[in-house]
Amino acid sequence: MATVTLKNLRKSFGSDDVIHGIDMEISDGEFIVIVGPSGCGKSTLLRMVAGLETVTEGEVLINGERANEKEPMDRDIAMVFQNYALYPHMSVAQNMGYGLKIAGMPKQEIAAKVEAAAHLLQLDGLLDRRPKQLSGGQRQRVAMGRAIVREPSVFLFDEPLSNLDAKLRVQMRLEIKELQSKLGVTALYVTHDQVEAMTMADRMIVMNAGVAEQIGTPMEVYETPQSLFAAQFIGSPAMNVLDAQIADGRVMLGDVAVCDSDQRAGPVKLGLRPEHVAPDPQGPLAMEVLLSEPLGANTLLHGRLAGTEIAFTASLQGVHLANHDGEAMRFGVDPVDCHLFDPETGHRL
Amino acid sequence: MEKRVTFRGVMLPLLLIAPQVFISAVFFFYPAGQAIWQSLFIPDPFGLSNQFVGTGNFEFLFGDRHYRSSFYSTAIFSILVTLASMIPALFLAVLADRLIKGSGAYRTLLIWPYAVAPAVAGVLWMFMFNTRVGVVSWYLGQLGYDWNHVLNGSEAMGLVVAASAWGRISYNFLFFFAALQAVPRSVIEAAAIDGARFWRRFFTIVLPLLSPTTFFLLVVNVVYSFFETFGVIHTITAGGPQQATTILVYKVYADGFVGQDLGSSAAQSVILLLIVGLLTVLQFKFIEKRVHY
Repeated sequence: MATVTLKNLRKSFGSDDVIHGIDMEISDGEFIVIVGPSGCGKSTLLRMVAGLETVTEGEVLINGERANEKEPMDRDIAMVFQNYALYPHMSVAQNMGYGLKIAGMPKQEIAAKVEAAAHLLQLDGLLDRRPKQLSGGQRQRVAMGRAIVREPSVFLFDEPLSNLDAKLRVQMRLEIKELQSKLGVTALYVTHDQVEAMTMADRMIVMNAGVAEQIGTPMEVYETPQSLFAAQFIGSPAMNVLDAQIADGRVMLGDVAVCDSDQRAGPVKLGLRPEHVAPDPQGPLAMEVLLSEPLGANTLLHGRLAGTEIAFTASLQGVHLANHDGEAMRFGVDPVDCHLFDPETGHRL
Repeated sequence: MEKRVTFRGVMLPLLLIAPQVFISAVFFFYPAGQAIWQSLFIPDPFGLSNQFVGTGNFEFLFGDRHYRSSFYSTAIFSILVTLASMIPALFLAVLADRLIKGSGAYRTLLIWPYAVAPAVAGVLWMFMFNTRVGVVSWYLGQLGYDWNHVLNGSEAMGLVVAASAWGRISYNFLFFFAALQAVPRSVIEAAAIDGARFWRRFFTIVLPLLSPTTFFLLVVNVVYSFFETFGVIHTITAGGPQQATTILVYKVYADGFVGQDLGSSAAQSVILLLIVGLLTVLQFKFIEKRVHY
């Protein structure tokens, strides 16, 4: 079991800086999700921890020991790849036992460990198959099994579920989380899927263009996003961001006051989550509904703020089929659900 | 999803395959038939009449010490040529595969020898190792080694093997390089995390993944060393010294065209024909099994 510490970690490919200094302390047994859009450097960050990419600057500490110069095999980690990276010419049992065989473990012991892992992952009876003969979900489990049998201190997952269909993804998501807490192994998990991030993470790193926008628990990120990017990336549908003004301690949208603020007067970005607005005939937000999407449990209303071209989305509980094109609705918002951001830096105010 | 063209008549398709059929008939079926026919006869010394001997030519061949030793040299020669052309090719491909910059230039340079015709390659090597004016033999002499492939059978064998394998390395390199590039990076990385160092990874992961390519090259190179090295042998040693480098194909030529024993020569080419057939069958059987793995 292990802790992982990242100290001002940087990565450049030539003159191209892809990771701009990331600091983080990961405690033993924590499940950390690195989430961000493609190209944000999240996989590179994971690969630096794995030792598959060199560290340009800064330090990776595993269990308090500097790991920058260590080979991947000496870091006591295991990794699950996006395409599973199974050895196509080996059986399931050989795939899972490869690392142990190299470590020089006796055959019976390997067989016992492989069998135990296979049982844990419900792979019994498949041990003699080749990867080609397995379904996507089974291959995923074999890749997990290969990671488990070596009993590493840290699990690294590089978008392990992105090749699976939606239903299987939900199931595997739960299984991975369950397995990780059962084994109590520290885990770093890369994904671009904010739902995976919200549901699996003990803490998450929201990454954008090589910068950690926010590090915190899913609820912290959801409730108090520290930047515009984090605010819009986490939560579905995405947060509405509106240009507003602060005047006389109030946040004004045009000439309507939406909520109070003690920030200095001037322009501000106002963030409102679609699910935090509620229909209210006296509410400050007037919306022209252009399209409604009934999802069953809730209904998404897409439209624009009345009299403007500013897009706005609201999410209402239950089914609301009554809205027709161009119909106007008014919404109110709880002042605690107003998120204010600096329009220059994007930081939370 | 194979796209098939359908013809309405019979004439057009026949016409379209006619050139191929014609070429095969003239240059393959007819000579092969002639060889089989001729292998049953012994011509008189002046080539005016033929005497039917049945399997006499074959019986004579298998009783002939020189023919058996030619089988032996062919085996040695083809094993050495195959190894000497495949192992360096694989090694170079592994090195080129590890390069990030400039692998294109290496690739191009490494392919060049393949463009050299076997007879030209033979002359090239013959000059380098010429016992009187050869550069390499002169240096070997300076080192105290008396190189003389004209008298020494093993040296002659070594030289024809080197000359035959040299151009072939390029060809094999291309295939190995392409196959190496097709090995998924993440599989190698997974093995690295599993604790396998470079050579361990190479032997337990990369090499097995290359096996379809390796087998294909093995068969192709064996066939090459059997049948396409005539030019090299003819220019460098002409089968000598004391038949040390007379491989089966060379013996067909030597007995038929130099010795004028057409019956025996025909019988030898029939035996060769059977060997090619056997190798081809092997190749197809194996590739069919391997391709869908």
